[in-house]
Amino acid sequence: MQKRIRFSWAAPSPPDLAATDQVLPFAWSIPVLSGVIGGSIAVFLSLLGMVEVSSGRDIISDVLSMGQVLVLLPLIYATYRSVNQTALLACVDQDKKRIAPWLFLAGALAGLVSCALLALLVLIGTTVDLQAFFVRASPTLYDLLTLGMGVPAGLLVLLAIGALVGILLAAVSLLPGQLRRSIVLGMVLIPVVAILHSTLFSGSGLSLLAAVIILLLVGGASYLWSSSQDTVKERVADLSPARQRNMRLGAWVAAGLIVLALPLLGAYPADILDMIGLYALMGLGLNIVVGFAGLLDLGYVAFFALGAYTLGVLTSPEILWTGVTLTFWQALPFAVGVSTLAGIILGVPVLGMRGDYLAIVTLGFGEIIRLVFLSDWLKPYIGGSNGITRIAKPAIGPIVLNNQQGLFYPILVGCLVVAFISLRSKNSRLGRAWMAVREDEDVAQAMGIDLVRTKLLAFATGAAFAGLAGAFFATKLTSIYPHSFHLLVSINVLCVVIVGGMGSIPGVVVGSLALVGLPEVLREFSEYRLLMYGAALVLMMLNRPEGLLPEARRRLELHEADEELEDYAAAELETLPATAAAANPVPPGGLTESGDQ
Amino acid sequence: MLQRLRRRVSGTMVAMWLIGLAILAVVVVGTIRTLASGAYSGAEWLDLSIYGIAQGSIYALIALGYTLVYGILRMINFAHSEVFMSGPFIAYFAATAVDDAGLLEDQNWVFGLLIVMLVAMVVSTTVAVLLERIAYRPLRRAPRLVPLITAIGASFFLQYTFLGLFGSGIRGYPEIEALKGRMMIPGTSIPILRTQLLVIVAAMLMLAILYIFVQRTKVGKAMQAVSEDKDAAALMGIDVDRIIVVTFVVGGALAGAAGIFYVLLFHQVHFFMGFFPGLKAFTAAVLGGIGNVTGAMLGGLFLGIAESLFPNLVLDGLGIPAPYQLKDALAFVLLVLILIFRPSGILGERLAVKKA
Amino acid sequence: MKKSFAVLTVLVMLLTALAACGGGAALECPEGDVCVEVGPDEPVRIGYAFVVSGADVTLGTDTKRGVEIAVEDKGQILGHDIEVVGEDSLCSAEGGQTAATKLSSDTKLVGVIGTNCSSAARAAIPIFCGANIPTISPSNTAPDLTDPGRPEDYWCYLRTAHNDLVQGAAMAEYAYGAGFRAAATVHDGSLYADKLQQVFSGKFQELGGAVVAQEAVGPDDTDMKPMLTRVAAQNPDFIYYPIFTKAGGQITKQAREVPGLETVQLSGADGIFSADFMRAAGDAVIGFRWSSPDFAAFGAGYQDFLAKHEAKYGEKTLAPFHAHAYDAAMIIMAAVEKVAIQGDDGSLLIPKKALVQAMFDTKDHTGLTGNLTCDENGDCADPKIAVYECVNADPESWNPGASADSNPMKIWP
Repeated sequence: MQKRIRFSWAAPSPPDLAATDQVLPFAWSIPVLSGVIGGSIAVFLSLLGMVEVSSGRDIISDVLSMGQVLVLLPLIYATYRSVNQTALLACVDQDKKRIAPWLFLAGALAGLVSCALLALLVLIGTTVDLQAFFVRASPTLYDLLTLGMGVPAGLLVLLAIGALVGILLAAVSLLPGQLRRSIVLGMVLIPVVAILHSTLFSGSGLSLLAAVIILLLVGGASYLWSSSQDTVKERVADLSPARQRNMRLGAWVAAGLIVLALPLLGAYPADILDMIGLYALMGLGLNIVVGFAGLLDLGYVAFFALGAYTLGVLTSPEILWTGVTLTFWQALPFAVGVSTLAGIILGVPVLGMRGDYLAIVTLGFGEIIRLVFLSDWLKPYIGGSNGITRIAKPAIGPIVLNNQQGLFYPILVGCLVVAFISLRSKNSRLGRAWMAVREDEDVAQAMGIDLVRTKLLAFATGAAFAGLAGAFFATKLTSIYPHSFHLLVSINVLCVVIVGGMGSIPGVVVGSLALVGLPEVLREFSEYRLLMYGAALVLMMLNRPEGLLPEARRRLELHEADEELEDYAAAELETLPATAAAANPVPPGGLTESGDQ
Repeated sequence: MLQRLRRRVSGTMVAMWLIGLAILAVVVVGTIRTLASGAYSGAEWLDLSIYGIAQGSIYALIALGYTLVYGILRMINFAHSEVFMSGPFIAYFAATAVDDAGLLEDQNWVFGLLIVMLVAMVVSTTVAVLLERIAYRPLRRAPRLVPLITAIGASFFLQYTFLGLFGSGIRGYPEIEALKGRMMIPGTSIPILRTQLLVIVAAMLMLAILYIFVQRTKVGKAMQAVSEDKDAAALMGIDVDRIIVVTFVVGGALAGAAGIFYVLLFHQVHFFMGFFPGLKAFTAAVLGGIGNVTGAMLGGLFLGIAESLFPNLVLDGLGIPAPYQLKDALAFVLLVLILIFRPSGILGERLAVKKA
Repeated sequence: MKKSFAVLTVLVMLLTALAACGGGAALECPEGDVCVEVGPDEPVRIGYAFVVSGADVTLGTDTKRGVEIAVEDKGQILGHDIEVVGEDSLCSAEGGQTAATKLSSDTKLVGVIGTNCSSAARAAIPIFCGANIPTISPSNTAPDLTDPGRPEDYWCYLRTAHNDLVQGAAMAEYAYGAGFRAAATVHDGSLYADKLQQVFSGKFQELGGAVVAQEAVGPDDTDMKPMLTRVAAQNPDFIYYPIFTKAGGQITKQAREVPGLETVQLSGADGIFSADFMRAAGDAVIGFRWSSPDFAAFGAGYQDFLAKHEAKYGEKTLAPFHAHAYDAAMIIMAAVEKVAIQGDDGSLLIPKKALVQAMFDTKDHTGLTGNLTCDENGDCADPKIAVYECVNADPESWNPGASADSNPMKIWP
């Protein structure tokens, strides 16, 4: 990790430390600014009602609620930022103890300022009727923020907590590296385990004992691991190639078995897994269209809808005009076929369009399909607002897969098949043609690539995968409605592809896990799901635009600029004396994380 | 080789044109049958057109925000719909205060309305500028899809921030007594709703001012230069960052004004109100040729009229029940139709083809 | 890191399992039933599955608040606190399925209030019934959910919302009786509105009236004037649009601005029977007629409820089904009190199948929405429908049922 030095905008006030003759700068603006940032976030979360809503859920029973964690998090961020930047400002990364008093001051001050903002909110809220504007600024909130102790006393306690958090954090930052990391890991894992625990098993929070055990266990384990990490690696490297291969094979088999056993966790985890699988299926399809061929498709949901409706129309005994009622497996090829055909039909008129013209036309196509399915016009055939119900479940021999656990397996098989097709086509002649079209259409054409065929194949393959996902979706729900095929589905799938890493096949699975799985785990915040989703997308794009698990080529493309920057920064630093390196070497518009924020 | 390629491409051109002509034929048949049935009077058609123009001028104002930003940054500012929503949403509090002070009654309403409008424009502008500063500026040089996803994320974030802070209820703006009812368009005998007349005139005025601003002023010319070539513009001494901020300011202010026109016609604000107008305005911007200011204006008006007039005109004759349920679908079909014959919109610039 | 995480989760699971084993209750569950054990200090847990995010969030928030106030009012069940857990069922089949699956995996859950939308219900009910969890909905009105021929796996489902069949027919009877002969209907593509207008149209034609236009709009449409111009060409004397606040407000307001519709009678259903709708429609709401549950049958408790709501949430009620949600919660809690087996140490054993039966046996339950009696298909609503007319455009005057001439005023029957 390259460390950046960031200097404050305020003039450093030189404190006089008796032990050294070196002048250490300390800027009051750092803790104040950090405190204001953290405090604003805490006030924002409070006014949104998140604090109040989540206060009912315990992280550690009777000690710490999720609401309190939500207030603590921005506080911790503020003090961390303050302590860290103060240390950086003093350029004493190696020997922090020398400036320990200043670090304590920076932490405490940032915590105080943060809590002062919260206290201000309570003061304003208890004198003026804030609720006329902010509906969640209720007396309950003020009660929570003052820990139920009323205005003067509770506010003082709040401020004291702020200062205390700051001091504690400064103290932690003074610990030696390994110990510090272990403690932080333990502290982070407690809420994570608590949330997972209460999500999956609908229980209450952890007991205090369990929390302490986690802290000790994780802390200890990570401490041990970091000290013995190298020897383990060496020992593995010493093994014979055959044994290494066996180990790898064993790991794969174990992973496969775990995946197969996942639905046994229960119906609810299986339901989430099904949705993750469906989004992975769609993501893999869209990955071909957007990731490989570079055609921005915002109406991908149309093919999903066509697959679902085809299956519904063909298998539901309620739809009589077709004259047939097929089983799931008989109808599946039709569902895929109809979607594929639609992909080609849509593909033809948009062949000549590029970029955003393509985006809006495909978006329009998605909306057209949804509205037509909803319309009174086609109601006699596909149910209109009433939807289609009693859709067939797949049966394998005598076993009917009539629950979410059973359905996981066909979806998994579908994902594997589709991933295999993607993987094979990616490195084929066709895949290279797609990528050529993505990079530059004109050049690709000049190189003799048949644009029409290449683009239509991309649309058709993508559509076929979506149709397959749609068919599984219909059978999973057994009833489908036009409202399920909203524009948001297209956007979600696109985000899955991009968050995972465009063009990367494992990335799609990771993206699906992150964007479909994670919100399910945080269902407690369901009112705020889309808010957090939005914030996460923005932060992600600002800090890691290449996606969670990027394709190697794309990562290179995105970070070429970075490397240049770093060279530039290094050169800059070398030419200047260390004390005068005040010029912040982050040129405008770079993709780098700006500073250490 | 090249010969064969050319033949193939022209083959798809033929297919495209055939699809286009088929859609066109259906549209024409529907129109003729509707008109022949004589179920609707000339006054009714005229009314439908006026409704469309009023709605369309709001689309045009919002579309300008999309097109200006697109012209300069080559990105779809998906969060512009929330810029549009935030202005009238916050201005609601101003409006109730102004109403309580009696400033929306009698002769005072112009003054009261101006205050509310100013608040809306300031709020929308602030949101737009903050968006640019926090979410978009760090991504100036990122690949095209990255800012798009950021914009989508920002859009969600803003929408649900408003939901969380201000609640999910629908808020109804106070009504202005002086603007109720119908009147004749001055100098003619065409009846029109007072609110519609006000909205159409004010929107046209703003569009004209914007046109002059972009074409005639120094800043406007700088905007054009930046949209042509950022690096060259910078070499010519134009402060690119400042021009980009100006673009967001102009787009935000127009969206805020559009928001107030919107509540004059439709009276309601709620956190989700921006989504569909935003989508339509974006469509309008593409329809007109994205990046093109005049195109956005034309596209907006066309889309407004298409939504209001065409479902009745086209679908009624085809015997489709409840045609207004399909008005968005029809609007998108028309969009496809136009893009088939003009792949870069009504007034699409060559730059849009090259760089998009 | 991954490994330690896995070890941790296992450890945590073991710990909780141990904790659960600790307090073994001595009570016995009736044979053939499935019981929920509630330890001496544990709360009784009930759940809700409402739409608490997305575009239909008002409906869910409204009903959620109804449940929360009911739980506050109830205080305790047999000496146990009441814990409310909730899931977002959205207004869609997939949301309903996920929420139901999640809630059903909770073995401590006694009953569920939900869902908000009939589409979510169709996917959710079989899952709840599979887990023997009684489910009672405050706002699903689709007729098929409590149809005598409903699927067997709907056996655990009841509702306090009135069936569309009752309300649509009542409005048609009123309209025909009041001398209207040419009706037009508008729906918004929702199951609720579409069903209501179908029932209305069928009944109105059966009585001898003519349905001259059946139009549809989108729930987020704002410019209704083109659609209304089309309706006006058919010269109706009565327009029925049983839709929701957003679009309903727009139609009400804009109908008066369209030539030919200046004097036509406008009407809707309980989906827009709220002060919120009046606010959305403005002055044009005067003379508007709603079909709605008859407030003469509502208890005085409703006014208290409204006062509590405003004190607790700082706004007026958002949608019309909060009272139904309140009643639904009360029915579950009353039934729990009836069937729960109490242990000496204060623990409870709640047999779920018996609980469902007790809910179906509900008779003359005095709720906010009237005296509720559940029939064998799960319809618990007190189906007394009245028609109200708006006599004052000020939303603050909203006070249905307070007296004979309060706004809106009851005009039928």
